[in-house]
Amino acid sequence: MSILIEAKKVVTSFGKNIIHDGISFAIQKGEIFGLLGGSGSGKTTLLREMILLQKVTQGEMNVLGHNVSELSSSEAWALRQKWGVLFQFGALFTSLTILENVTIALKEYTDIPDYLIEESARMKLSLVGLPPKVTTMFPSELSGGMKKRAGLARALALDPKLLFLDEPTSGLDPHSARGFDELILNLRETLGITVVMVTHDKDTIEHVLDRFIILGNKKILFDGTMNMLRQTSDASLKTFLN
Amino acid sequence: MQNTPFLHIAQTNSTTFDITLCGIWTRDSIATIDKILKPLTGKPHSLFRFNFTAIEDFDTHGIMLILHTIKRLESLTCTVERIGQSVHFSKLLTICEAHFPNEPIIVKNHFFLLDYLENTGKTVIEGYKTLTSFFSFTGELAHAVAEVLFKPARIRIKAMLYHIEHSGASAIPIIFLTSFLIGIVIAYQGATQLEKFGANIFIVEMVTISALRELAPLLTAIVVAGRSSSAYTAQIGVMKITDEVDAMSAMGFSPWDFLVIPRLFALIIALPLLVLFADIISVFGGMVIATTKLDVSFTEFIDRIAETVALKHFIIGLVKAPIFGAIIATIGCFRGFQIDSSTESVGKYTTISVVNAIFWVIAMDAIISVFLTELGL
Repeated sequence: MSILIEAKKVVTSFGKNIIHDGISFAIQKGEIFGLLGGSGSGKTTLLREMILLQKVTQGEMNVLGHNVSELSSSEAWALRQKWGVLFQFGALFTSLTILENVTIALKEYTDIPDYLIEESARMKLSLVGLPPKVTTMFPSELSGGMKKRAGLARALALDPKLLFLDEPTSGLDPHSARGFDELILNLRETLGITVVMVTHDKDTIEHVLDRFIILGNKKILFDGTMNMLRQTSDASLKTFLN
Repeated sequence: MQNTPFLHIAQTNSTTFDITLCGIWTRDSIATIDKILKPLTGKPHSLFRFNFTAIEDFDTHGIMLILHTIKRLESLTCTVERIGQSVHFSKLLTICEAHFPNEPIIVKNHFFLLDYLENTGKTVIEGYKTLTSFFSFTGELAHAVAEVLFKPARIRIKAMLYHIEHSGASAIPIIFLTSFLIGIVIAYQGATQLEKFGANIFIVEMVTISALRELAPLLTAIVVAGRSSSAYTAQIGVMKITDEVDAMSAMGFSPWDFLVIPRLFALIIALPLLVLFADIISVFGGMVIATTKLDVSFTEFIDRIAETVALKHFIIGLVKAPIFGAIIATIGCFRGFQIDSSTESVGKYTTISVVNAIFWVIAMDAIISVFLTELGL
C-alpha cells in the first residue's frame, strides 16, 4: 500500500474565519475514503484543496506525490489529468451534448483516434448506467440523477487512478443511490481506482467506505473504519451511526 | 519510448494466426497501437488466437481498441480466441465488452435545401412565438402595474431605489462624457458652417434645440439600454436558472412585484433625471465651443436661449425619457424570463436584449418625432 494523498497540519481560513485548524490524515492507494462532518465543517473545502481549486492557507497537502502549494503550472496541468472529479450537481457543460461532455478531455489531451474516443465514451456512459439515447441529448434535458451519472462518466473519461466525488448520492432516490454505490465499488474493483468522497449518506458510509474522517470544530474528530466508530464511546460521534 | 506496444504475429497455417500482444496498452500509446492493429486482417473463417500474457499495463482505451479489432475480425467471419488473460485484465475486458456500443449513433442525413427551409420555418415560428409571448408579457405587466398603482403599498421602494442607484446614478459619469462630447461635436461642426455666413449667434439654436429635443434623450437612452437592459436580462436569467424565480412564486412572492416593477419604475424615474443632466452638459459643451470658436460668450448664449428657444423642445425631450425607460426595462426583463436552463442562453438573450432595446428606443424616437412634427409641435 502506498499513500496517494497526505495532509500535514493543514490550516484553511477565509479572512478571520478559520475552517481547518491543523488537520492531518492520509489516504492509501485503492481505498474508498470518506470526508464526513456536519454542514459547514469544511468537507467540500478540503476536497477543493486536493483538486487545486482552493489554496491551503498553511501546512502541506500532498497529492500523488506533489505538494499542491508548490506546483509549477505545467506540473499542475499534468496532475489535473490524473484525476477525475464529479461535482455535486454534475457540472456538465450545458452547451455540449452528453457525449461531447465525455469526449472533450480525450479530444483535448490524447491522440486517440476519433472513432475510438467515441466508442470509449459511449462505453463509459453505458458503464455508469445511461441508455444509448441520452448520448445526443443536452444536459438540460436530463434529470438530476442522470446528470450525476453523466458527470461520473466524464470524470472517468481519462481512466484516472484517483476519483473525487462530491456527495455522489445526494438528490438521488434510494434505489438509484444504492445503484451508484455498487457502481463505485465495481469501478474500484475493475479499474483499480482510489476514491475520495464527501458524503452524508448513511448507507454509503456503511457499505462503501473503507475508511473515513469526521470533521468538526475545525479538527478531525475521528479517523478510522465503521467498526472502530461503533466501538467509540464519544456521544457526539454516535450521531453518525444513526 | 520503453515498453512500446507491439504485436508478435505467428502464422501457423494459412488461416490460423497466433497473435501475442506486448508492452503497455494505455491511452498514451493508443495512436501507435491503432496503426499496428489497423492492417490486421485475414481470409474469411480464419482463426485468430490473441495471447494477452505479455501485456504489461492496460486501461479501458487499450481494451476498447482490442475489442474494436476483435469485433472487426468477427464481422469478417473470422473466429477470435483469447488466451492468457490475467484476472484483472479479464474483469476489465468483460465490463468493457458488456458496455461496448453496438448500434451506431443514427445521424440524420442533411440536405442543404431542406435544412434551409427547416431553419427558415423555425425562425418564422420562433419569431411568432416570441411576439405572442411578448404581448402576453406586456399584458401581464400592464395588469401588474395597474394593481400596484391601486395599492401603492405593494411597490418595493427599497428595490426601486437600489435600481435607481445602479441603473441611474452609476451611469452619470458615462452620460456626462457622452453628452459633453456630443455638445462639442454639434457646436464644432456648426461653427465652421455658421462662420461662413457670419451667423455666429445661431449656434445657440442649433446646439440647444438639437440637444434638448433629440440628441440628449436619445443618447442617454442608448447608454442606459446598453448598461441596464443587459444587466436586467442577465440578473433575471440567472435567477431563473438557479430556480430563484420558481422559489419566489412558490412562496407567494410575485416576480412582477419583486423583479419587474421595481426595475420598470426605477428606469421611468431615473431616465428623465438623466436626460435633464445630459441636457445641461451637452448645452454646456456647445457653450464652450461657442466661446472659443465663435466669440459667443456664456452670458450671450444663455440670454439667447431664453429669447429664442421654445420651452416645448425641452419638454418634448423630457417626455420621451420615461417612455424610453419603460421600453428598456420591459425588454430587459422580458428577455431575462426567456432564458432557460442552459448557460449559453444567458449570453444569447443578453445580447438580444441590448440590441432590441437600442433598436426600439431609436424606432420609438422616430415615431414620436414624426408624430409631433405632424401635430405641429
